[in-house]
Amino acid sequence: MRGLQWFNALSAGATPVQGLPDSLQVADGQLNGQSVRFLAVVTDPNNRFARARNGEVGLLEGWGLAKAVDDAIARGDKRPLIAIVDVPSQAYGRREEALGIHQALAAAADSYARARLAGHPVIALLVGKAMSGAFLAHGYQANRLIALRDPGVMVHAMGKASAARVTLRSVEELEALAASVPPMAYDIDSYASLGLLWETLTVSQIEQPTADDVARVSDCLVNAIKDIDSADLSGRLGASNRAASSHVRQLLREQW
Amino acid sequence: MQTLSFEFPAGQPPKGRALVGCVGSGDLEVLLEPGTAGTLTIQVQTSVNGAEQRWQHLFERIFQEQTPPALNIDIHDFGATPGVVRLRLEQGFEEIGHD
Amino acid sequence: MTDWLNKHSFVELGARQRAKALLDAGTFRELIDPFQRVMSPWLSRQGVVPQADDGVVIAKGSVAGLPVVIAAIEGNFQGGSLGEVGGAKIAGALELAAEDNRNGIPTRAVLLLETGGVRLQEANLGLAAIADIHAAIVDLRQYQPVIGVVAGSVGCFGGMSIAAGLCSYLVVTREARLGLNGPQVIEQEAGLDEYDSRDRPFIWSLTGGEQRFNSGLADRYVADDVVQIQQTVSALLQQGAPEQQRSRRADFYLARLAELDATPQIDPATVRALYQGERS
Repeated sequence: MRGLQWFNALSAGATPVQGLPDSLQVADGQLNGQSVRFLAVVTDPNNRFARARNGEVGLLEGWGLAKAVDDAIARGDKRPLIAIVDVPSQAYGRREEALGIHQALAAAADSYARARLAGHPVIALLVGKAMSGAFLAHGYQANRLIALRDPGVMVHAMGKASAARVTLRSVEELEALAASVPPMAYDIDSYASLGLLWETLTVSQIEQPTADDVARVSDCLVNAIKDIDSADLSGRLGASNRAASSHVRQLLREQW
Repeated sequence: MQTLSFEFPAGQPPKGRALVGCVGSGDLEVLLEPGTAGTLTIQVQTSVNGAEQRWQHLFERIFQEQTPPALNIDIHDFGATPGVVRLRLEQGFEEIGHD
Repeated sequence: MTDWLNKHSFVELGARQRAKALLDAGTFRELIDPFQRVMSPWLSRQGVVPQADDGVVIAKGSVAGLPVVIAAIEGNFQGGSLGEVGGAKIAGALELAAEDNRNGIPTRAVLLLETGGVRLQEANLGLAAIADIHAAIVDLRQYQPVIGVVAGSVGCFGGMSIAAGLCSYLVVTREARLGLNGPQVIEQEAGLDEYDSRDRPFIWSLTGGEQRFNSGLADRYVADDVVQIQQTVSALLQQGAPEQQRSRRADFYLARLAELDATPQIDPATVRALYQGERS
């Protein structure tokens, strides 16, 4: 529910965008006098697709996000897009695979990336989980990633139980390994050490943000928008824990 | 995982280099590059621990048949059987011979 | 299984051979070749044997005389999973191809996708690299087609299935599988009744190349044959951008999904019927 709480707090007084699945909350509001669009994926107990009722990003959510972002691009005013990220996972199910959930998530990533290339400042605000395919579809194409510092805020490729099964380890072994290998860790500080975040922020009540929390996060969003100086994702490179990513690019350029 | 080093007497270095195999299940990757005249060095990174003697014996058997060229060989092994190791090394020697 | 006896099988080829097979004879030039030993900085320290090219081959060359960069994933190494180095090789190559186009050089790209997605030993760095790959495909696609090929036998899963969904054109064979989530993970998360990861015919019927093509989620269905795949890729590279990018058809897919009765469990024929007709 964090995603909805932060969406409501940040978009107070904003105009809801209609015609989208109930599992999406999208609204046009103001941030420091500037028109912005807020987007969140939220729980929907009545979702027609049963495996996407708990905030997962599924078929309707992927295509719906694409529609909401494309609609913002079509307005032509390059308004900033604020993706509020609290997505526990992509939807895991037979209907989802059969109906091409990969294509739905591609549509969302496509739209966010095109918005960024078209000059929309795109910011992802991580207030809860940002897991794997769900995050790739909703947030990971942003110019700037901002995370609240809290044990419930985490970025990862796979939940612990499944990751343990796939790598033939116990959950305890996986946790021990994660403690010494930063990209495998589940905590936000380890993630921050990879250089992918623009900023981390501490708030007093992450579940139910206070007026002061909202003001601080809003300031941070405004600063992030101002800070954007290119349409690509190069701002994520440079951390020592992600040195190989820069090294490979340098070698490719030399040998191109 | 274990990293092992071996050294054997060798002839002259070849001109070319070669890559054979893949670090897939039951297979190995072998990179062969020209070394210093008279010496063949082999570095093995293997997923199977405690097999140093087996590697030593396998290499000895292969190289006693014919003096190998002077090479630096890197092996990345993912549980290959001795038969597969021998096959890959022979492929590698053959590819280098073609250059 | 007869394909295995066919000396022209594409599926049987390793990543480097696949790239060579698609490029005009004599034009293959590998970037960051395996002798440069740019390997994963994360696998050895976890007791996992690395591969010299980290499982990704980047090759420049030409196809029918057009400048092309190929990124080929080696499915036999760690299930074709993408770690930091392999992921950066693909993303970096696509970024340079887009830069070429901004400088007047019409470099196109072909992705040979055999991958389970993120390499879990490098989890968040694999995921970040895949986000970079998505970004770079969308960027390059503004100038030139990006062709994805899923030949088999690993298939294309995880974040890289999203990359497949971003390609201008997608080529599949009967051996291909394409899906977001691997069968094991769905079974783990949703249970055996939802998805039986050991029922291979069931999985192929839903996510196999033939079904994806017949549902309009792939553009070309080809035999596992080197010549046919080469000719298909060559024709698509010359064709330019598609009339409408599949990943930009939100209205169409939302309308179709709205028509579906999502209560009963789904079967392959229902998907084909729902999405059919979009192939005009």
